[in-house]
Amino acid sequence: MTMTTTNAMIAAPPARRRYGAGDLVGLAVILLVAVIGYVLFPNNLALLTRIIAAALLVLSLDLVTGYCGVATLGHAALFGAGAYAAGIVSAHYGINDPLAMLAFGIVAGAVAGLVCGVVILRAHGLPQLVLSIALIHLFHELANKASSFTGGSDGLSGIAPSALLGLYEFDLWGRTAYVFGVALLAIVFMLLRLVVRSPFGMLCRGIKEDPIRIRSMGASPKIALTKMYVISGAVAGVGGALNAISTQVVGLDSLSFTMSAESLVMLVLGGTGSLFGALTGTVVFMFFEDVVSAANPFHWLTMVGALLIAVVLFAPKGIYGTAAALVTRRREAP
Amino acid sequence: MQPIFEVRNLKRAFGGLAVTNDVSLSMAPGDRVALIGPNGAGKTTFVNLVTGNLKPDAGAVLIGGEEVTRIDAIGRVRRGLVRSFQVTRLFAEMTPAEHVALAVLQRSGRAGRLFGNFLGMPDVMAEVEDLLGKLGLSELMHRPVSEIAYGQQRLLELAVALALKPKVLLLDEPAAGVPQSDTGRIEQALADLPADLAVLMIEHDMDLVFRFARRVIVLAAGAIIFDGSPTDVTKDPRVREAYLGSYANASHAA
Repeated sequence: MTMTTTNAMIAAPPARRRYGAGDLVGLAVILLVAVIGYVLFPNNLALLTRIIAAALLVLSLDLVTGYCGVATLGHAALFGAGAYAAGIVSAHYGINDPLAMLAFGIVAGAVAGLVCGVVILRAHGLPQLVLSIALIHLFHELANKASSFTGGSDGLSGIAPSALLGLYEFDLWGRTAYVFGVALLAIVFMLLRLVVRSPFGMLCRGIKEDPIRIRSMGASPKIALTKMYVISGAVAGVGGALNAISTQVVGLDSLSFTMSAESLVMLVLGGTGSLFGALTGTVVFMFFEDVVSAANPFHWLTMVGALLIAVVLFAPKGIYGTAAALVTRRREAP
Repeated sequence: MQPIFEVRNLKRAFGGLAVTNDVSLSMAPGDRVALIGPNGAGKTTFVNLVTGNLKPDAGAVLIGGEEVTRIDAIGRVRRGLVRSFQVTRLFAEMTPAEHVALAVLQRSGRAGRLFGNFLGMPDVMAEVEDLLGKLGLSELMHRPVSEIAYGQQRLLELAVALALKPKVLLLDEPAAGVPQSDTGRIEQALADLPADLAVLMIEHDMDLVFRFARRVIVLAAGAIIFDGSPTDVTKDPRVREAYLGSYANASHAA
């Protein structure tokens, strides 16, 4: 008999759905990992800052791919737009205040998000993927050809961010950049927690599962997805600007297909549709790229490949997604 | 009474075949109409034309006196024409509370909001609890839909439609696929639909049609061949002919 419900079925929302729960834990974990990274690798803060920038890109990708189900292999376009915008205003227009550079990066990322969104969302599935690849190549070529602005294949140099808040110079050891990066990541993470739990986040999850149903509820999937693309672009723009400010150079690789594909690999490794999954995947991939490639420069990519195959076959929810599911199952078990 | 929903001379052909051939009907608030017809009569095409998922070759659709023929499916939902699906279309990973809340938020123009959560919005939660309570789904409110029974999913499908506060409700076989033991609950829910709501139900199950509808429309070969009371429909010779025994078989099975 299916219509009667047993008392065992709980009427209260499960803990993970409860309002505001988990946010502070998430923030604490990010800050704790940041402190541990600082203590363990004091001479390698530049790498850690690069990981943060990549994490922002992967978070951004998670918004459209993980939460909305959009297939894209061109997401670095949004990141690169942010990086070039922040770099160009400093190198060519003397706007060196890092927060102003960041603002330009965010706006450029959002605009690139709007452009990519409008194009990519016209198709679904395989054609969508092909459109995204075409877009990243177009962005790449544009940056390559406009070399008087972007430095072309030599990269954009002459980026000279002034002291953060007028107080903290960007030092050789990369301490200021690292703290700046951690702060940005923490702020973005908290804002995205709000977004994914908001009515809009719920609407996007619905679109991912069944856009036709969403239409029959009177909402436009295309408008919602375009909006998410703009938000995603702003987040990627933060990552791009952070990269430009911390490394003081922007290369064509930040607008590359390779970077787009790698960000997707990171996301799948960690687990799509979860902010923690995006962060986990980035850290694991970048750790492999740096530590394992130093230990074994010839086979590190092979190992990443093997890891990816293992994750896709045996833990399709990704490293974080699978771990989280295990914990939930254990907790719900009587 | 001023009709809340009107279809005027709707036509649509695929190739040379007129799948919807000059169909007209009009409904007033509170109407309970069943649309029946043998397989291939053009019911699905009719629904798609009315909801705006298919463009008619000719004719007009009006909601509350406003012509919506050139307005897309989303715009028609916003004007009060809401449908449910024959095969449940729900979001497997989401809970009943989230489904209804999403519909309420969408209706009230808040589905695009980037902050807050419906669990913290008293007016939304009040409506969610009220609707799910009436349909006996309160206890399942926070479980993923993939974990609840099909009969309950059908009720949730109805709850989502009602949360949109429709003026005209199109029910596409609301009891399809539901085990016999659960149809009572669905029939009760249908009986409890708001009194001023105009309901057009597409249904195969004649028992349900006779219990629910106060007016029956029979569609055959794309045209309306009968529009009248349930008591008259079985006596109509054209209806009998259209069904050519397939209805006799159906009533045997039921």
